[in-house]
This record gives sequence, structure tokens and C-alpha cells, in this order.
Amino acid sequence: MIYEASKIAVAIFLLFVGIVLGVSFFLGRKAQSAQGYYAAHGQVHWFVNGVAFAGDYLSAASFLGICGMIAFYGYDGFLYSIGYLAGWIVALFVVAEPLKRLGRFTFADALDSKFNSRGIKIAAAISTLVVSIFYLIPQMVGAGALVKPLLGFSHVQGVVLVGVVVMMIVVMAGMVSTTWVQFIKGSLLVFFCAILTVMILARGFSTKAPSGHEFQTLPATAFDNRSDVTILPATGAWATKPYVRVQDKATNVISVWRKEGGSLTETQTVAAVANAHTGKTSKLVNGLPQGRGKGQTDLYPVGTVRKLPGGANETGGLGFASFFSTLQNSEVLLWGNEKIVEKQGDETIETTVYFQKPTAGSKVLVPGASPTFAGLQNDKFWPKVDFLSLMLALFCGTASLPHILIRYYTVKDQSAVRKSTVVGIGSIGFFYVLTLFLGLGAMTGGTLDVTNSNMAAPLLARSFGELPFAVISAIAFTTVLGTVSGLIMAASGAVAHDLLTNVFKMDLNDSSKVRAGKIVAGGVGLVAMLLGVLFEKMNVNFLVGWAFSVAASANLPSLVMLLFWKRTTKQGITAAIVVGMVSSLSWILLSAQAYKDVYGWDPALAITKFSQPAIVTIPLGFLTLIVASLLTQKAPVRQTQPQPLASA
Amino acid sequence: MPYTYLKGDPVAADLAQSAPKHDENASRNAKYGLCLFAVYLAFYGSFMGLNIAAPQLMASPSVGGVNFAIVYGFCLILAAFGLALVYMWLCSKRGIPEVSR
Repeated sequence: MIYEASKIAVAIFLLFVGIVLGVSFFLGRKAQSAQGYYAAHGQVHWFVNGVAFAGDYLSAASFLGICGMIAFYGYDGFLYSIGYLAGWIVALFVVAEPLKRLGRFTFADALDSKFNSRGIKIAAAISTLVVSIFYLIPQMVGAGALVKPLLGFSHVQGVVLVGVVVMMIVVMAGMVSTTWVQFIKGSLLVFFCAILTVMILARGFSTKAPSGHEFQTLPATAFDNRSDVTILPATGAWATKPYVRVQDKATNVISVWRKEGGSLTETQTVAAVANAHTGKTSKLVNGLPQGRGKGQTDLYPVGTVRKLPGGANETGGLGFASFFSTLQNSEVLLWGNEKIVEKQGDETIETTVYFQKPTAGSKVLVPGASPTFAGLQNDKFWPKVDFLSLMLALFCGTASLPHILIRYYTVKDQSAVRKSTVVGIGSIGFFYVLTLFLGLGAMTGGTLDVTNSNMAAPLLARSFGELPFAVISAIAFTTVLGTVSGLIMAASGAVAHDLLTNVFKMDLNDSSKVRAGKIVAGGVGLVAMLLGVLFEKMNVNFLVGWAFSVAASANLPSLVMLLFWKRTTKQGITAAIVVGMVSSLSWILLSAQAYKDVYGWDPALAITKFSQPAIVTIPLGFLTLIVASLLTQKAPVRQTQPQPLASA
Repeated sequence: MPYTYLKGDPVAADLAQSAPKHDENASRNAKYGLCLFAVYLAFYGSFMGLNIAAPQLMASPSVGGVNFAIVYGFCLILAAFGLALVYMWLCSKRGIPEVSR
């Protein structure tokens, strides 16, 4: 779909950026020491830290990805909400307080608190870097994808814009400014999503499409014996497909209709025509060049309720329960898609056909409607294992994400850690409840772009007017800023504090340590921008899944065993981090999803039976730690005299 | 973990003297945490198990005409917050004040 850059969206975005940069500049003087730069002096108020947890955690994947998935497939997107929130239980009940007690600036500090081992520091720092980079890529790709339609910038400009702003935030005041940016972003996101939810409930459901275009269903013989059109023969790649192509004799425009039982249903098509001779590629939408001018057209917005209970046309305002019970007894119009590739002389035509899928409301409110979770509705074994593995990764991954863990060092004590985590769980949980309303509101609001699920939330806001659209779009950008700044801080700490100071023993005084952190933050920012450009076409959710799986497999076993098993050794921790990281990465790279999305190969050839590694690699991490620790136990030393507690 | 302190540093000395009590607090909190973690894990695990073993149950009507999948999903989110509050309350009971480090 063509998006017109909104002047209000640009103005509000610039206002938000101005505020966060102003805050960063103001707070810059508070981050002169290493303690200030990396941990905000441990003096952040627990409530601010709690909301900043939400700002840190609710990334573009949470906001745009989950809303989009619910809008396109229903309940399946909500499974991510449930899993992401459940991870905070591990963080609060198992990890938070001991981590605060044992560490200083980084996750590696806590792991290494008993051992002073170079192996642990190197392994933990590399694991932090790998997870942070994997998490950074989708954020930067998301930034570019958002800027393109909303502000009218190119993908590269969007990535550079976000990268530069984030680098300024981090370099100016480190964790102090990062905390406040995340606090502002977390508050705005939850508050405005709550307002949007109230607007969705107040509007209720309607069977009328706001665009005015009603998608048609015709009898199977509708085009037979008509003199104004020609039915094209089903040859080549179209021969085995359930479509009828109809060419208008006056305009030569080809429309595609899908055969469904005894009817023909209207579809939408996007065709990329690549000419091998000239090297040019053109794009046709519904048979015409995409545009707003004469002889051009654009895709129609989609996402409507087809039938409401009792044959009503609209419901008026709804309550929490009646919103779901009404939808359950309605019929919604979802959209599927299919790619058809054909060669005609020098031209290769890749047509994506988007077709109507009238679906009972009761089907979209249970798990199993999306390709990711389709296995839940059949009796196949491996898809169910894949589902379990993903939910395990989400459950265990949160408490292993380095940018979340470093936030435990920004408050003064364990009580503040507890309180801020509870505030975080409250804010994040409330937001995840809202995602179901937002996603279903987008599914039925009639404004979806059938080609881009990530735009579901901003387009839902547009259905309420230009101002809500501008605010939600600007918040989506701030979402990226908050998460990216946290990730860059985590990576900066891993390199400057763990590697340079602790592993390579560089003699850095306090201000040199801060300078090193800022230089590294700048470097990581540049790498993030580069990767954001290189991975433009990569599936965003896929990369987030990687980050969670690698974090859970590499970090959680060491963290948990260090806290609860006294026989844990430094060799055990180092081995568990390395094995967890390498095994989860290897598994992902050999999975069907990687074959399909990364290499473009046939997924049936994939070596691993399911895509999500956590169910194998997390236990493998624990097992490695136990075996390595048992093999490297030191003989107990007999003490002849009691050791003094204090030492001079 | 045992605490060490520098001679002549009153704050550190105070910390070291109260260290056993802090260790006691930490170990008590850890026990509460693990118990509540087990409760939530059972609740979360049951959700996963039902989705795999009895997906048809998820579609059955539940509170206020809303299906079981939505009610269970919301309950999981609310339970996380509820248990977090319970944990905070348990940890604040009878404990000695935690000194910032």
C-alpha cells in the first residue's frame, strides 16, 4: 500500500526526539564516573526503573510484531504475549536479587563473582555481544521499515536516523539517559495503547468497510459468455492453481479470481516483473502500476467483520467480555497469500495473490491459526515439540537478556530490585493484555495493509484519525530508540568493562573507562546501522526468536546453577556458556526456518526436525555445566585455624 | 556470600556485621521465590499441556461467554502480577532492612 507521509507524525516524532535528546544532554553531567555511566550510580528510583524495564523490554517486535500477528492470525500472536510476560517470573523469583547482590555493572560480573576467571569473563562478554547484536538487528530493520512509509524516508535514511539519535543518547549520559528515555517511552506506549483500546471498545464492530470497497464473490460462471472480457488459459505455473485470470478487453488489465467451491472470489495481486534483457523490474498492483495517478492503482485496505450475530450491521460500544463473545459468534475476513512464478520470454513474473479467507470468529480466538502454531491443530509430533520449544525459549529467555539484566544495577538495593521488577511486570502485563484488543481491533478495523503485518498498529490508529496515527507512529519510533539504547549499553559494558578492563587488564582509570564505554557504544551503534541496512529483507520476528533462544541456552544454565548448586566450577560455567551459545546458533542455522527464510532453500531438506532449539539446547547447557563441574572439582582443603572475616 | 571490609570504614563494617542476617534474608527470599516459581510453572505448564493434548478444550466457552483460551491467557498474565505482589509482601515481612551496597 502507498502511505502518505504525515506532517503531524513528523512533527510529533521530532518533538519526541527533541525531548529525549534534551533529557540526555541535561543528564550528561551525571554520568562522568564509570559507576554513573554504566549503572546510573545505582540511584534510579525503583518506580522509574520499573517503567524503564517496560521501555527496555517492549521492543518493536513486541509492539508491531505481536499486534500484526494477532491482526493477521488471531490468538497465536497472543501466545507470544503470554510467553514474553511469563519470562519475568523467572527474572523476579530466581535471578533478580542474587544478580544484584553479586554483580556491579554487567552480567559477567555476577557470573564471575566467586571465581575471578578470565574464561568466564570472555565467554560471558561474547555471549552478551552475540545476543545484543542479534537483538539489535531486528530493531534497526524495524526502524527502517517504519520510517519508509511514515516519514517518506528511505530504509537507509531511517536506520541512520535512529542509529545517530541512539548513539547521541548513549554517548551523552550512558545508563542515566538510557533509563529516562526508556521511562518516557514505556509510559507513553502503555498510556496511548490503553487509550486506543478504549476507542476500539467504544467503536465496536461493523460490517461496513471504511474504504468503501466491498470484496466480491461471484458465481463460478460469472465471466462465461461475456464479450467484454477474455478468460486467459490456465497455463504454466497457473495450470495447477485454483485461479481464473480475466483480462478486460478495453484496458487489458488482468484481474485474478479464486475458485472456491461453486464461486469465484475477488483477490488482490502484486506482481514483480523482472526483465533479464534490460535488467529493470517493474511492479504491478491488481494489474496496474502502483500509484495514485491516472492509469494507476493501489491495494485496497483489508480486515473486516463479514457477519455479526443476528445479522446486525454494527454493534455499537462493547465491554471487555462482550468484545470477545461478539467476535466469537461473528465471521471475519482474513487473507491468505500464494506466490506464483512464471517465465515469459525475457521476463520473470513473480505474482503474489492475496485471497479472501472468510473465517469463523471462534477459530481466530484459539491457538493454531498461524503457520507458526498450525501444528497445534493436527496430530503431528514435531510441530508440537516446536511449539513447546518456543514457549520454553520465551519463558527462559527474558531472564537471560543482557540489556534487561544490567537494569538491576541501576537501583540501590535488593528491595528496590524487587519493587522495580514488580512495577515492570505490572506495566508489561497490562500492555500485553492490551495487545489482544489492539490486534483484534486491527483485524476488524478495515485499514490493514495485506502485504505488511508490521503496520497493523499504526494503521489501526489511522482508522481513528490523523492525530492518533501520528502519536502511535512516533511512539513506535521511540520504542526502537529505547530498546536500542539499552542494547548498546549492554554491548558497551561487555566490551569496555568485561573485556578491556577485566580480561585484557588495560589500566583504565575511572574517566578512561567511561571514555572507552562511549567509544565502544559509538562503534556498536555503527555496526548496528550497517547490519540494519544489510538485513533489510530479513524477517524481524525470526531474529528476535534467535536472540531469545541463544540468550536462554547460553546464559540461564550458568546463572541458575551458580546460584543453586554449590559444586559449580568456573570451568563448568565457561563450558555451559560456550556449548549453549554454539549449539543454539548451530541448531537455528540448520533449521527449516533458516533454510526457507535465510538461504532460500527447500525447508524439507533441513537437518533439524524443528526450528526452535531451546527444548534441546537449554537442557544441554545444564548438562554441560554439571558434567564439566563434576570433572573439575578441587580436593577439599583442610583448615587448621579459623579464617578472619575481615581483612586489611 | 561472606562479606569483607576495610578497617576504619564504618559503613562497610556495619555491612559486614549484618552480613549473616542479610544472608538469612537472601536465603529466605530465595525459598519464597522458588515456591512461587513452582506455582507459576505448574500454571504455565498446564496451559502448554492443554494446548498440545486437548486443543479443542481451548475453544469451549468459559466466563462471560468468552472462550477458555482467552480466559486462561489473561489469568496467566494476572497471576504473574498477583504472585509478584505476594512475593514482595512475603519478602517485606519480618526482614531486616536491606542496606544499599
